[in-house]
Amino acid sequence: MQSTITMTIDDLHRILADCGGASEDWPRGADVHDRRFEELGYDSLALMEAAVRIEKEYGTPVPDELIPTLSTPRDVLDLVNGARPA
Amino acid sequence: MSTSEEERAMGGGIPSAVRQTVRDAAREDGPAETARSGSSPVYVTGIGVAAPNGLGLERYWEAVLAGRSGIVPISRFDTSRYPARLAGQIEDFDASTHLPSRLLPQTDVSTRLALSAADWAIADAGVDASSATDYDMGVVTANGCGGFDFTHREFKKLWSEGPQAVSVYESFAWFYAVNTGQISIRNGMRGPSSALVAEQAGGLDALGHARRTVGRGTPLMVTGGVDSAFDPWGWVSHLSSGRISHATDPERAYLPFDREARGQVPGEGGAILLVEDPAAARARGARRVYGELAGYASTFDAAPGRVRGRAAHPARPRRGRAAGLRRAARLALTEAGLEPQDVDVVFADAAGVRDLDRVEAAAIRDLFGVHGVPVTAPKALTGRLGAGGGPLDVATALLSIRDGVIPASGATADVPAEYGIDVVTGAPREIRVRHALVLARGRWGFNSAVVVRAATT
Repeated sequence: MQSTITMTIDDLHRILADCGGASEDWPRGADVHDRRFEELGYDSLALMEAAVRIEKEYGTPVPDELIPTLSTPRDVLDLVNGARPA
Repeated sequence: MSTSEEERAMGGGIPSAVRQTVRDAAREDGPAETARSGSSPVYVTGIGVAAPNGLGLERYWEAVLAGRSGIVPISRFDTSRYPARLAGQIEDFDASTHLPSRLLPQTDVSTRLALSAADWAIADAGVDASSATDYDMGVVTANGCGGFDFTHREFKKLWSEGPQAVSVYESFAWFYAVNTGQISIRNGMRGPSSALVAEQAGGLDALGHARRTVGRGTPLMVTGGVDSAFDPWGWVSHLSSGRISHATDPERAYLPFDREARGQVPGEGGAILLVEDPAAARARGARRVYGELAGYASTFDAAPGRVRGRAAHPARPRRGRAAGLRRAARLALTEAGLEPQDVDVVFADAAGVRDLDRVEAAAIRDLFGVHGVPVTAPKALTGRLGAGGGPLDVATALLSIRDGVIPASGATADVPAEYGIDVVTGAPREIRVRHALVLARGRWGFNSAVVVRAATT
């Protein structure tokens, strides 16, 4: 099921901070859409932790096997907002 | 590694003189389980303490000398339907002020305490881990409970919301080795690292193994132990020992070696030490040396009846064989090149259970003679910290060496004459301390002993 709610980068940032803790490496005010998650202070475990919440809030399943392919915030937003096949 | 391989590996570098004394000790006391390698001194150059009666080394020491206790009614959950309600609780630790928030969702309270104590030990030693070679620094910690509180919360999610709701961090947050792993990751320490589990004895085993690892060529080790399990599930695990005090007066609940001893009070926290090869410490200009880890040994008693979880009975040695605790003490002294008369103070395991107190008193009396050495149990002020207990006692012993004072044993006052041991009660005793013996026993038969001495710089 695809949700009609759009996820923004701020939403993703909030979810990651809630699930994986606030990162000191996430630059404020910069466009981080295409930065790698490792640079932003989040590893694949943090993404797995966030995946459950993303499904709950946006209805998009993020299966474990997909997580290694999500390297930037844009990858996650495209998936959730339907620009990328789940 | 099999036992024989391990013994070969450890025996390889032992000077023959040491091997001889170890054999002598073995003749006297039966087979030597672990009197082994590494007679060269290892310095303790940094200490981090998280104790119920004081967060940070100096605050803890001040509380110990003042006789301030950290034993209080448990406030983490409703204990009204439990038979025991007192614990050594750390009440002034706010993890978010000590650790980056990225670490909070993935750590149990025990790991937060361990990470903070490690930070303090490293800072105390003046080590800049980021500029040192990662493979030259290792971590060995002990832990006996794992991440109980964290796991209890995740299990609750499992029952109520299903497996999807369980945190991915549960995969390691519960684990005995997690403190070693998190300290290693946080400080970029990739040298030989491990975790040891032997209930209350494990913390001394970690120190012994850190000493051994330095002896094998790793210049710096972060070592020690921390435990905490004060959620309802963790509390029940404590109660299962059958040794927990049901007393309601915090002042009188844990009275090791006292005629009125009525059981133990569990505590949380522990100590993390930074230990170094003396040459490496000198080369980097270490600002202080608290003392040396001079000897270590461990022995094992078979459990009577071999029934796990039954109310404990002191293990009886086989005929003609000294009790395991005494053998561990003797072997650790031998490894340190010391005789019993060289020891200035014994930090006792101090079970607070009469049968166990009697066994320990006999071990000390047999080794040192009647009233042959001052015996103390500052853990009467903190409760028993599991894997954290031994390292905290070692830290305390090093401060006794530094300041020339032996702390008292909490409210313990009336020691039965037949124990034949000189327990330091009432007030601290001012005395020059050069060598201290620290003892610890873990449930199911673990005995460990560490000898610390003033640094021979």
